[in-house]
Amino acid sequence: MVPLLVALLFLCLGAEAVDRSNFKTCEQSSFCKRQRELKPGQSPYRALLDTLELSDSRITLQLINDNNKVRLLLELYRLHGNMTRVKINELKPLKPRYEVPDVLITDPPTEPMTLVAQDENGLVLSLGVDEQRVIVSARPFRLDIVEGPTVLLSLNSRGLLTFEHLRLRKDTISHKITSTVGSMWDSIKSDEQAVKEEEDKPGMWEETFKTHSDSKPNGPSSISLDFSFPGVDHVYGIPEHADTLKLRNTDGGDPYRLYNLDVFQYELHNLMALYGAVPVIISHNTERTMGIFWLNAAETWVDISSSTAGKTVFGKMMDFVQGSSEVPQTDVRWISESGIIDVFVLLGPTPNDVFAQYASLTGTQAFPSLSTLGYHQCRWNYNDKEDVKTVDEGFDKHDIPCDFIWLDIEHTDGKRYFTWDPHKFAQPKEMLQGLMDKKRKMVAIVDPHIKVDSGYNINNEIRSKSFYVKTKDGADYEGWCWPGNSGYPDFTNPEMRAWWASKFAYDQYEGSMENLFIWNDMNEPSVFNGPEVTMHKDALHGSWEHRDVHNIYGLYVQKATSEGLIQRSGGVERPFVLTRAFFAGSQRYGAVWTGDNAAEWGHLKISIPMCLSLGLVGISFCGADVGGFFKHPSTELLVRWYQAGAYQPFFRAHAHLDTPRREPWLFGPDNTALIREAVRQRYALLPFWYQLFYNAYRTGQPVMRALWVEYPKEPATFVIEDEYLLGKDLLVHPVTDEGAKGVTAYLPGKGEIWYDVHTFQKHKGAQNLYIPVTMSSIPVFQRGGSIISRKNRVRRSSTCMENDPYTLYVALSPQGTAEGEIYIDDFHTFNFEKEKQFIHRHLHFSDNTLSSNLLALITASVLSGKDKPVFWYRKYQF
Amino acid sequence: MMTCAALLIVIGMAVSSAAAVEVQRPRGVPLSKRQFYEENKPFTCLDGSRTIPFDRVNDDYCDCRDGSDEPGTAACPNGSFHCTNAGFRPTFIPSSRINDGICDCCDTTDEYNSGAKCENTCKELGQKEHEVLQKMAEITKEGFLLKQQLIQEAKNRQQEKQSKLTELQNNKKELEEKVEALRTVKETAEQPEKEAKELHLKAWEEQKAIIRAEKDKAKMAEAFLELDDDADGFVAVAELQTHAELDTDADGTVSETEAQGLLGGVDHVDTASFEKVWDNIKDKYVSESQPVEPAPVDTPPEESNKLADNDSEQYPSDDDVQEEEEEDEEEDDYPEEDFDKAPPTVKTPPKKDEDEEAMPPYDDETRVLIDAAQKARDNFEESERALRDVDDQMKNIEKEISFDFGPDSEFSYLYSQCYELTTSEYIYKLCPFNRVSQKPKYGGSETNLGTWGTWAGPEDNKYLLMKYEHGTGCWQGPNRSTTVKLTCGKETTVMSTSEPSRCEYLMEFTTPAVCQEPEAVISSLHGHDEF
Repeated sequence: MVPLLVALLFLCLGAEAVDRSNFKTCEQSSFCKRQRELKPGQSPYRALLDTLELSDSRITLQLINDNNKVRLLLELYRLHGNMTRVKINELKPLKPRYEVPDVLITDPPTEPMTLVAQDENGLVLSLGVDEQRVIVSARPFRLDIVEGPTVLLSLNSRGLLTFEHLRLRKDTISHKITSTVGSMWDSIKSDEQAVKEEEDKPGMWEETFKTHSDSKPNGPSSISLDFSFPGVDHVYGIPEHADTLKLRNTDGGDPYRLYNLDVFQYELHNLMALYGAVPVIISHNTERTMGIFWLNAAETWVDISSSTAGKTVFGKMMDFVQGSSEVPQTDVRWISESGIIDVFVLLGPTPNDVFAQYASLTGTQAFPSLSTLGYHQCRWNYNDKEDVKTVDEGFDKHDIPCDFIWLDIEHTDGKRYFTWDPHKFAQPKEMLQGLMDKKRKMVAIVDPHIKVDSGYNINNEIRSKSFYVKTKDGADYEGWCWPGNSGYPDFTNPEMRAWWASKFAYDQYEGSMENLFIWNDMNEPSVFNGPEVTMHKDALHGSWEHRDVHNIYGLYVQKATSEGLIQRSGGVERPFVLTRAFFAGSQRYGAVWTGDNAAEWGHLKISIPMCLSLGLVGISFCGADVGGFFKHPSTELLVRWYQAGAYQPFFRAHAHLDTPRREPWLFGPDNTALIREAVRQRYALLPFWYQLFYNAYRTGQPVMRALWVEYPKEPATFVIEDEYLLGKDLLVHPVTDEGAKGVTAYLPGKGEIWYDVHTFQKHKGAQNLYIPVTMSSIPVFQRGGSIISRKNRVRRSSTCMENDPYTLYVALSPQGTAEGEIYIDDFHTFNFEKEKQFIHRHLHFSDNTLSSNLLALITASVLSGKDKPVFWYRKYQF
Repeated sequence: MMTCAALLIVIGMAVSSAAAVEVQRPRGVPLSKRQFYEENKPFTCLDGSRTIPFDRVNDDYCDCRDGSDEPGTAACPNGSFHCTNAGFRPTFIPSSRINDGICDCCDTTDEYNSGAKCENTCKELGQKEHEVLQKMAEITKEGFLLKQQLIQEAKNRQQEKQSKLTELQNNKKELEEKVEALRTVKETAEQPEKEAKELHLKAWEEQKAIIRAEKDKAKMAEAFLELDDDADGFVAVAELQTHAELDTDADGTVSETEAQGLLGGVDHVDTASFEKVWDNIKDKYVSESQPVEPAPVDTPPEESNKLADNDSEQYPSDDDVQEEEEEDEEEDDYPEEDFDKAPPTVKTPPKKDEDEEAMPPYDDETRVLIDAAQKARDNFEESERALRDVDDQMKNIEKEISFDFGPDSEFSYLYSQCYELTTSEYIYKLCPFNRVSQKPKYGGSETNLGTWGTWAGPEDNKYLLMKYEHGTGCWQGPNRSTTVKLTCGKETTVMSTSEPSRCEYLMEFTTPAVCQEPEAVISSLHGHDEF
């Protein structure tokens, strides 16, 4: 009996944590292992200065690997807005290497560079502004970007540049040789010896992981480059990882991994890859913020090592730039499995500059319709039409606002997306109309795996158009997912995406209506029986291997879906699409959530740094499943999660099929009241959220911000991840500890004043403030000197509140002034963009007077059907 | 609290226009509160917190903390709006539903400025409600009558059970006495039986000893002849040495000293002295006429295997014994009987028995005694069985009586009944006070959705919900459980089943047993009017 018990216990434990053995370590990923075996200091690369070509827009220069004589082509661009782009590819690759398309919104505009100096050791280029220069050292090759006497950033300073050139397989070569005349053999052989052809290492031409084998017909193709940030010991970014905001030193452990994966029950504080990947790292110190955007969609590993001593040995030309004092330094090394090196160095210098620079490359957050900023009620699964109705009525009965009810996979007819279960969801339009009558909306799931079933027209069409991803042998690639055997449409193919988008037309997607929106899950893509629960790397997307495109697949799914929703309304209505997988640029297509978390306090806590990291790299519309997806939350945890979620950008409760029901009113009147209050606080602040999202759309600045973004010279803020700012004016410190009796919040800014938004109590900045809490507490502070707009008439959905009056909360600075913005439009169409129909005003308060001036043109039709607005105000006294 | 530098100034910016004011009483005020809203007199918030000029009532700006100054606008977060709903029931709605574009009051009065096109549906609703009420009243009336019958039947049944129980109690007493009497009879009959059997056994044992001694003697003679190789009438040391199995120091051979030792310190013995020697060697001695085979002593593993085999062969009979255990219980008092039921036990090596004859049959006298004892045993057992039977019956009745069948036992008719509902996929079965189960319609095994737990209705009437718990477990989830919701109906039927949450089932069940007195129903419905 005892051994049996032990075995059961083991099974239970096993079922509750990620099975790490399903996912590769660096050691198990042959290119990562090969690359990581190289140690710093002996770069074989040399710049061939005589190959320099300088034009108005770029310079090119060849590099040579002295070990194998393979030549690379370096392209250097000065980009508009204080950015530098460095591209390195093989000069003459055997076949083209993948360059990631569709991420950059335009061909980035360039600015001229000038050659300042040149000798046999290198050359110096002027970047035009602020005495910024690029110093190219020839032997070994390295790049230093300097500003005046300061080195901002160095490339290949540790000599870890590696470019595994494409090559013919050895046995293929010898095969050819035997069929040629003997005399040629010698010359070929001697040539080969001259270039000291590297020996094949294990895993170069084939690799197996568990039962899966990767055929690697193109052989090794990985790339690597190192970057050094002198004077920096805080770096951020490279989501998605369930870890701290500030990136960790990876010496002695695995690097951060970027490889979109469906990780079952992911672990916290672990650098394993998760569902999405944005290859952007942001460096920060009190003087400067910078970024590196590594544009590569293949499996990528990032090593970070920081040191506090100025150990870097600079070249002769660098002698003048650095004193001998001890300075921190962070080294970052990127390793990708294929593609080319295409790096954007975002030179800041402020955090907002970096956001603007990155936004100019990859675009900004899609401006969501107002209702999507409301509360979303989701569950796997609402059982049927009646269930949906009951839940909808539950919100009214308990007077809790709600904008969206969601349907997970069970709503379909046998997991055939774009269909409805004929019994449980017969007449979906009746259901949608019922919600529309309440001014509520619905989201249905549409995943990218398609049931292989000759009776399913979506499958038949994709097959007949040959839109499926193919195996290495050219057959339709099939894998196991929710519907059983499934095909995976090739979303990298623009024709496929156009076809997919057309399927969301109202006459194509039967049962859909204008208040139905879409959720793309499993788009890593998830393949239950594939290597690491995803697609085989040798599967083919046209002529490219899955290896090349893996991390961008999910972006394309959301892009195609989002375009479908725009098209179905003739380009009038803003779309809403939630995605689990993402890549650089995904912000343009909708919202992201942190995937399948669990009902644990640790998961509530980690939702903050996870969303903050996403915000730093452009993805503002982020949230975590409120309550936790797996497992059953305690009532306390559920309430705390609602309170935290109400102050995070994407606010959706979700639950696993096997958990008990947890609609907000199922935990007794006291808890219902607590949840109601949290959701009401969210709705009252919707005008502020809307304005923040408009700002994100315009500027690329995150909605939910790490404190250091607004207080970049205040080192105390650099590692804070249990509180954050909304915009720059609201500071939120949610309660994320079980049984908490108080929290300690850091109020930043010497000379700032912070007002408790619930009590209007005043606190000084630059202090740690202990705040006693009860179950109803959500510590939130408004910055003195700010004006925040609210709508205090909280109704059952955001749409019901569209015409309600605004209440401006004017928090005075010590000087008795305040300022803010207000943004109003029709809340759901593109008319703000196309017709410039919106109000955007700057508000300021001084001398006891509120005034406003135009930030942008108002078109009167915003207020169509309304009388002339009546302005009046009364002064509240405190 | 105020300092001259205002910390926070809240400024309302109204986009919608001011509300029109009703003539008779301000919009949204119920008749019952009309007297508090007197036109042209200052208005005091209903919580008494503040007094304001009357033109601030329904001016779309919240002045009173209790929301009472804005009964007809959405300005106060905690306000409520009264719809008269002529033709239907008057009701209050939260003021956040005023002019939100959604028709809440059937008389359309909540949407006076939103552009929502509402139709007055009060008359229709009133009619519908009337119909529903009437139908419900009918059902309730009939159901309530049925309930009275059920109560009467329950009473009868209860009385029946009670008298049955009394009867059984009496029965039990009689039976207990009978059992005791028969036990004495049995024991009296068993004493002579036991003595006679023992006697018989003893005689047989003695006889066996004689036979064994004779056999031994014969064997000894035979061995002497065998050992006496030179036929000189003596067994000598050298002759003994040919029998290696007689080795005493385990070196595989019999040395002279050893042989001498065996012979009692002399060089040879005659037939008479051999008797003593034989006693020393007979256990080891191997007859020369026997085929030469490894001595059993040398191969303990094989022997233990054989024993194990024997053991396993014994298992079926062990099982039989176990199956009969219950019946055998009373026989535990008579171990000797067990013994002679199965004479060859494992403990006696079968080899030895081969030569021994079976025990001779009992003599007539003993057999008569045995038969008499057996009859007494049978009678005793029968009476015990009867007593157990009565006990069981009593337990069942007591168990049934112990259930809470409602204040008037109106639910008792559901006991030991089952009700089924067939859906597109499953057949659901509710056996009240016992269990709920689910079986796939097209084959497959039954799943337990919970066994009877408790009544789980609200405090004022716990008999509206039944809870069945601890059903089959769910993967990563709880054990299945079912809540049965009881509503008044003429028939006793399972109306629907659903699984609102994973592994938590809900069953709707109608029964007359929950039908309330018709008057009570109507007054409770009217009670709702006032909200």
